[in-house]
Amino acid sequence: MVWVNALVQGILLGGLYALFATGLSLVFGVMRLVNLAHGDLGLLAAFLVVAVADASGLSPWIVLVVPAMFVIGYVLQYVTLNRTLESGELAPLLVTFGLAIVLQNVLLETFSADSRGINAGAIETESIRVNDQVAIGWFPLATLVVSVVLLVGLQLVIGRSRLGRALRATADDLRAAELMGIDHRRTYAYAMGIALATVAIAGVFFGMRTTFAPSDGPARLIFAFEAVIIGGLGSLWGTLVGGIVLGVAQTVGTQIAFSLEVSPGWGGDLAGHLVFLAVLATRPTGLFARTQAT
Amino acid sequence: MSSHDFSIVRATSASRVWALVGVAALGVLAAVPFWATAGDMHTLIEALTLLALAQMWNLLAGYAGLVSIGQQAYIGLGAYGLYVYSDRAGIHPFLAVIVAGLTMMVIAIPTAALAFRLRGGYFAIGTWVIAEVYHLLVANFPELGAGNGITVSSVAQLGRETRDRGAYWLALAAGVGAILLVYLILRSRLGLALTAIRDNEAGAQSLGVDVLRAKVIVYLVAAFGCGFAGAVFYLNAIRIQPDAAFTVNWTAYMLFIVVIGGIGTIEGPILGTAVFFVMQELLADYGVWYLVALGGVAVAVMLVSPGGLWSLVRRRFDVSLFPVQRRLRARPVTPSASPP
Amino acid sequence: MTLLRLEGVSSFYSDFQALFGVSLEVAEGETVAIIGANGAGKSTLLGSVAGTVQVAGGEIRLDGEEITRLEPHSRVDLGISLVPEGRRIFPSLSAEENLLVGAYRKRPGAWSVAKVYQLFPLLTRVSRNPGWSLSGGEQQALAIGRALMANPRLLLLDEVSLGLAPVVVRQLYETIPVIAASGTTILLVEQDVGQALSAADRVYCLLEGRISLQGRAEEIGREQLTMAYFGV
Repeated sequence: MVWVNALVQGILLGGLYALFATGLSLVFGVMRLVNLAHGDLGLLAAFLVVAVADASGLSPWIVLVVPAMFVIGYVLQYVTLNRTLESGELAPLLVTFGLAIVLQNVLLETFSADSRGINAGAIETESIRVNDQVAIGWFPLATLVVSVVLLVGLQLVIGRSRLGRALRATADDLRAAELMGIDHRRTYAYAMGIALATVAIAGVFFGMRTTFAPSDGPARLIFAFEAVIIGGLGSLWGTLVGGIVLGVAQTVGTQIAFSLEVSPGWGGDLAGHLVFLAVLATRPTGLFARTQAT
Repeated sequence: MSSHDFSIVRATSASRVWALVGVAALGVLAAVPFWATAGDMHTLIEALTLLALAQMWNLLAGYAGLVSIGQQAYIGLGAYGLYVYSDRAGIHPFLAVIVAGLTMMVIAIPTAALAFRLRGGYFAIGTWVIAEVYHLLVANFPELGAGNGITVSSVAQLGRETRDRGAYWLALAAGVGAILLVYLILRSRLGLALTAIRDNEAGAQSLGVDVLRAKVIVYLVAAFGCGFAGAVFYLNAIRIQPDAAFTVNWTAYMLFIVVIGGIGTIEGPILGTAVFFVMQELLADYGVWYLVALGGVAVAVMLVSPGGLWSLVRRRFDVSLFPVQRRLRARPVTPSASPP
Repeated sequence: MTLLRLEGVSSFYSDFQALFGVSLEVAEGETVAIIGANGAGKSTLLGSVAGTVQVAGGEIRLDGEEITRLEPHSRVDLGISLVPEGRRIFPSLSAEENLLVGAYRKRPGAWSVAKVYQLFPLLTRVSRNPGWSLSGGEQQALAIGRALMANPRLLLLDEVSLGLAPVVVRQLYETIPVIAASGTTILLVEQDVGQALSAADRVYCLLEGRISLQGRAEEIGREQLTMAYFGV
């Protein structure tokens, strides 16, 4: 039964990973950009909420962090990243990595290395008791639901809306899209805005779920990346599955380490990494790939 | 009968001067243990190992197009390799450094097999994940000190003077060796292949350049270089802490140094390392702000002048200290009366 | 009334000059063809009008307004639509989605998905199929339809016949007069001289980046054409 619980917790955790992964996947799909600052930007959202909450108490106003991050993403792309995309393959990676380091250290200086949390109230700890050993936390469940809803919403936007068609057309053939009157610089900026808005949601849920510190950014990026690769590139639903597989790998890995009475360091993150590497070694295109990792 | 005598030359007048200057500087540097303070020596050791690391990172990213943010794997493993070979296997620490470096090449083979399944930005993160895996694996072994780290006691037992001198000369070998290694590679056929790949990978492939082989060789060389440099660094530091040995900050330093100095040039990392240390001195009192400043400058350089500082120098003075290009020199020949 | 005017336009195709001081005019409602051998500069000329090629010298005016330096996406708003060489339809979008993208800039006008299907009935069969799966002829029809969705005043067609079977080319060219009849001015570039002459009101011939001949399509003689085309 403990195994069922590990599985359930892993699936719920996967929802959070999928939330983080969505933005990364979207941006790569549209403009072939891997934003190495993605995780740190999610943390930025969490810290913004903390700053506002410290100043004025937690309030419904925290939802404003989502449009705020959209704007940050739009501006970041329009002013900075668009230029790097024209300079070749190396530039975007180097710039986003630089951004990540700068952001991490600015957060470190501003908020110190202490762990913080976003207090979401009672919902954080309440759970549905299925039986002695299996409990479904309301909050993790909400996270999973939100990630599914977000994915559905994003699929609709990308698949049916004018902006979505513009994004897909630009991803297919940038110059031809120009001929349709689509200014790729604006399109890319919208994509980055959406991506940062989703990572903001992910960051806030993360901040409510556990305590966090500025150094947690890179791990968010890594898990998001692993979810994307496991699920397969080009597929948003694949990202959800990838997130869940990763989550389950981590929780079940921890359970295995516990049952075998070895150091817990063998479970958790490491177990997830090893599963990721196994997928990379045996099925590099992921479980639901539609495009190549090129 | 041609009226010109053609020859292919590489050296420029600037590079000949530089070669003389370099040899002299090398002499001075080699003699450092005899005239500098221990503190200066330690600073130089850090500078030289960083220079070696930067040259390796530049080789990967600037010449082979491989942006790796996981080189810290080899730095950390190199450090632990030093421990294992000297403390556990009884090899002399100075020799252990070399063996550790070579071991990194072996470890790099399966690592590359995995990492090379990814490309571009995902390759970058992939190398980071792999570095994390090595980090976590090492931290799981109590024999290696687990999370608390371990002391390379065989080094500690060497005696201060021997230790410092050995570490220094090995660091000098690392720094200078890295420059020479990159220079020699670029002058070789592999170097030609790399230049072709850098210009146009698909085109190079269609011309018969074995792109994968070139990249793998470069990756293995970089693994050796980073492992060697990492081992030297910890030969100097003696205490190995996994979090510090495997931190991604290593990559941050390498990346910033190379970008600011001038990516894709041999002179760039040298210049960048100098800038790095200057900034470290200037901002010593401001904690992590120097990393922020460094990162900020690197980002600014990428946006404004992607060739870095060296490209500004080169544009202004048209000079190349490590000439790699072949140039055609034509000398007019007066026609003689001899039969064709 | 002149819709499009090029005055002394010089443009480059990457490093080398493809157009040397080209001047031409297209009146509103006309169908004008540009013919010439490979490398004569025809596509560069259309590219200059569409904004995909940078103009080094000279002026391009649409309805009197100078557009020489405008970016391609801005020219769509002004009513210029280019059907690029090689079709370049969006492979991952369905045929119908390709058309909808064409209407990204909602210019007022009569063209709609339904009207495009009327013009190109073959597209109705593949409307849901992804772009990459369409045949060459279907792709070309789709590319033209997509450009029409923006309700252009000036439709630019670059080498419609390229890579297509003659019967398909004929069918496509049968739609040109229909498009023209709806009021659209057409400037087309074509290797197939016969089709070009039959579709166009007037013709310009380009030779090595310069206009070597111009005149009404029905008035140009065979010998004249050969000399202008090949430069002999």
